[in-house]
Amino acid sequence: MITLPPPKQEVLARREAIIAGLRRLVPGDGVIGDALRLKPYETDGLAIYRQPPLAVVLPETTEQVAAVLRFCQGNGVRVVPRGAGTSLSGGALPMEDAIVLGLMRMNAILDVDYVDRCATVQAGVTNLAITDAVAERRFFYAPDPSSQLACMIGGNVAMNSGGAHCLKYGVTANNLLGLRVVTIDGDVLDLGGAHLDAAGYDWLGLITGSEGMLAVVTEVTVRILRSAEGARAMLAGFHSNAIAGACVDAVISSGIIPVALEFMDRPAIHACEAYAHAGYPMDAAAMLIIEVEGAPAEQDFLCARLTDICRRFDPISLRVAATPEESAAIWKGRKGAFGAVGRITPDYFCMDGVIPTSRLPETLERIGEMANEAELPVCNIFHAGDGNLHPLIMFDANSAQQFTRAEKLGADILELCVAMGGCLTGEHGVGIEKRDLMHLQFSPTELDQQRRIKSAFDPGWLLNPAKVFPLEAT
Amino acid sequence: MITAAPADEAGIAAAIADACAACEPLLVQGGGTKSAMLRPVQAVRTLSTRNCSGMTLYSPGELVFSARAGTRMADVETTLSATGQHMIAEPPDFSLLLGTTGEQTLGGIVATNFSGPRRIAAGAVRDHVLGVRAVNGTGETIHSGGRVLKNVTGLDLCKLLAGSHGTLAVLTEITFKVLPAPEDSCSVVLHGLAPHTAVAALAAAVGSPFGVSGAAHLPPAAAARLGATQSLTLARIEEFAASVAYRGEKLCVALNDFGHAEIWPGAVSRAAWASIRDAHVLPTDPDHAIWRVSVRPSRGPEVLAAARNAGADGYLDWAGGLVMLSGPASEPVHAAMTGAVRRAGGIWLVLRAPAPWRASVSVVPPEPAALAALTHRVKAALDPAGILNPGRIFAGV
Repeated sequence: MITLPPPKQEVLARREAIIAGLRRLVPGDGVIGDALRLKPYETDGLAIYRQPPLAVVLPETTEQVAAVLRFCQGNGVRVVPRGAGTSLSGGALPMEDAIVLGLMRMNAILDVDYVDRCATVQAGVTNLAITDAVAERRFFYAPDPSSQLACMIGGNVAMNSGGAHCLKYGVTANNLLGLRVVTIDGDVLDLGGAHLDAAGYDWLGLITGSEGMLAVVTEVTVRILRSAEGARAMLAGFHSNAIAGACVDAVISSGIIPVALEFMDRPAIHACEAYAHAGYPMDAAAMLIIEVEGAPAEQDFLCARLTDICRRFDPISLRVAATPEESAAIWKGRKGAFGAVGRITPDYFCMDGVIPTSRLPETLERIGEMANEAELPVCNIFHAGDGNLHPLIMFDANSAQQFTRAEKLGADILELCVAMGGCLTGEHGVGIEKRDLMHLQFSPTELDQQRRIKSAFDPGWLLNPAKVFPLEAT
Repeated sequence: MITAAPADEAGIAAAIADACAACEPLLVQGGGTKSAMLRPVQAVRTLSTRNCSGMTLYSPGELVFSARAGTRMADVETTLSATGQHMIAEPPDFSLLLGTTGEQTLGGIVATNFSGPRRIAAGAVRDHVLGVRAVNGTGETIHSGGRVLKNVTGLDLCKLLAGSHGTLAVLTEITFKVLPAPEDSCSVVLHGLAPHTAVAALAAAVGSPFGVSGAAHLPPAAAARLGATQSLTLARIEEFAASVAYRGEKLCVALNDFGHAEIWPGAVSRAAWASIRDAHVLPTDPDHAIWRVSVRPSRGPEVLAAARNAGADGYLDWAGGLVMLSGPASEPVHAAMTGAVRRAGGIWLVLRAPAPWRASVSVVPPEPAALAALTHRVKAALDPAGILNPGRIFAGV
C-alpha cells in the first residue's frame, strides 16, 4: 500500500487563513474549500488511492498561477498540479496539506498557424480538441493517448504521453515547440517558441515528463501535421503469443514502419469482442492490428507486403480492411479495450512496463505464469511495435487479499520488465504507483542526481510532492 | 595543452574526479571537429572521449544501437547502412566548414544536438536518444533512459545532456533509435524564386500529405555551388520507390502555382541534400563568421534579408526555419543578424568565428534573469565545481 509523508501540521492549522489568502488571488468560485466539493479531486485515473486536498484552486490566467505559486512558496504549502485527472499512475493524487492547482479553466486555443504548422493552446485544452480544431484543414496533433477525449495537454506534457500512433509520430516530447511555465518562485518562463532548435539547455525536454515536479505548464505550442492521404487497418490472428511476437519482429525488420502495431492476447480479444462485436478471431491466441498510411495504391502496396509477412507465421485469420468503415471496425475493439475490461472485472490495474521487442514472447509467457501463481486473471493489450506492454490485472478491491496480491503482481511484472532490459513506465509515468520501484532502475547515486535537479527548480520540494522518488530518498 | 583520452568510462570518471578534487577546468571534446564554435574554453587540460569507442549493441529488428561516445560517426553510419538502416535526424558534418581535422564522434553529435534537413519531418538528434551513460562533474557515473523505444521513468536527462555541449556531464555511451533507410528519394525543384515565395512554396510542400522530408531554399550564390544559375527551392521525398514516383508527381502538380517544377532523381537529389546538410552550399570566406539560426519558418526570409543588408549571405533549410549565414566577423554584422532574429522570435548560435571575437559576443541569445539563474543552478546540480567546459555557452557557466 502506498504511503504518503505526514502532513505539515502548521499548514493544516492555518487552513482557513491559507484559503482566504488564495481567494484574494483567484476571485469568484476559483477556490474550493468545502469538503463535499473537494471530493471530485481526491483521486485521479488510479482511483484506488484517495486523499482529499487542503483546497482546490482553479486559476484562469498564467498571472493567477504565478500569484498562487508565489503564495504557496511563501507559506510552505505543497502544490499538486492537475489537468483532467486521468493519470493512471496517481500523478495527481493530492495530499492532506496540499492544494490541487487545477488548470481546466485555462482551456482556450490561442493560435493556429498552418503556414508554420503549429498551434498554441492553454494547458487545460484537451488532447483531442487540438486535433478537432485543425481537422477542417486536414491537420492533426499526433500523440493520441487512449484518454485523448478527456486528458489535457498540460497533463500530456507533464507525463510525456504517448499513444497508439507514436511508433511513427513519436510521443509528446517529440511534438512540442514551446512551453510557458511558472516556477514555484512565481517566475513565468517562455521556453522554445515556434522554432525547432533551442539555444542553451533543453528546458523543453527536461520539463516534459517531469510529472509536475519542476514547474507548472500553462501554455503549450505543439506541432501540427498534415494528415496522410488515407489510412487502412489490417488484422491478423495467430496460434500463440510467441508466433505473434515473432511476426512483430519480422514486420519491423522488413523496413516498413506501420503507423500503429497493436497486440492483444486471447483474454483481451474475448473481452473486446464481447464489448465491441468487431469480428475479432475468437480462436486466436493472439492478434495484431496493423495500420498503414498513404494514397490507396500505397496502402495496397504496403498491405500486400505485410500480408506476405504475416502468411509466413501461419495465421489463423488475416483480414485487410476494404473500406474506411472496415478499418474503423478493426479499431473499435482496441479503442474500447479499457471499457471492455471494466465490464468483466470490478477493478483492474493497468501496467505500463516496456521491454525490448525481441523479449516479447518470453515476457508474455512469464507474465502468464505469474498471473497463475497470483490467481488473478491478466490480459495484455499493448503497443507491440515499441514494446510498451499494458498488462491489465483484474481483481476485486473489496477483497483486501486480492488487492494486496494485485499490487504485488503489478510490482513483480514491472520488475520483470526491468530485468528483461526494459523500464518501469513507457507512457503513464511513475507517479505514486511506481515510486517505490525506482530503485529497480536507478542506483542511489542516480536518484540523488535527479533529486539535485529537482531541487534546482524547487528547493523546498513543494511541487507535486511524494511522487516519482522513493520517500526515503526525499 | 595536456590531453587525456581514456579508453573506458572508468578512466573518464577517474580523470573528472581528479580534476574536480583539484578544481581544475577541463576542455571536454570528442573528435574536436566543432571546437571552432561557441565560446572558447579556458582550460589547461583536455579530456577527450575519442578512445572510448565501439558499438556495444546493435539490434536492427528492434531499431536500436548503443555505442560508446568516442565511436566515429563514419563507423556508425557504415554499420547501419550494412543492414539498410540510418540515423533518423541526418546529423551534419561541419568539419569542412569549420576547417577542423579529425573525425566527428557519436558523443559530439549528441552533445551539440545538430540535426540535418530531415529535422522537419522526423525530429532532432535528441528525439532519438533512447538512453545515455555519462559522468557528471564530480566523477559520478549516471545513466538515464535505456534501450527501449519508450521510457518516461524519472527525469529525462537524455534531453538535458543532449545539446549541453559537454558543460553538464561527459557522455560515455549512447543508445539511439534508428529506422530503415528509405528505398528511394527524389527532390521536386523550383527555379528562380525569391525567398518569400520560396518559403510559401515550401510551406505548401511540407503542409501537403506527401511526407516531405527536406525543404530548402538556396539563393543564387548558394545555388551556384550546386552548379545552378539562379535560386533553387527543393522539397525532398524519401519513401519506397513506387511512392517516391507517385508523390513526386503529385507534389509537382501541387506546387504548380509557384512555377514549373522539375524532379531530381535519387543520386542527384542525394548529393544536393548532402551539400545542404553539411553547409557546403554556404557562400563563405575562411575569415568569415558563421551563424546558425532557428526561427519560425515564415520569418526565415526576413532574417536572410537583414543578413544580406549587413553584408552577409546564406540559405534556408527546414522550410525556412533554419537560416545558415556567413559574413564578416564584426559587431555591426552580428548586431544586424541577432536583431533580426530577436524580432522574428528565434535563436542564433555562432558556429564559427575567430576565438577572441567569440569570447566577446553573445554566441547564443542571453537568457532572461530567471532562466539564467536556473541555468546556474542546474549546472551546479551536475557540475558543482564548474570544471566541465566552463564558459562554453555562457560566460561564467
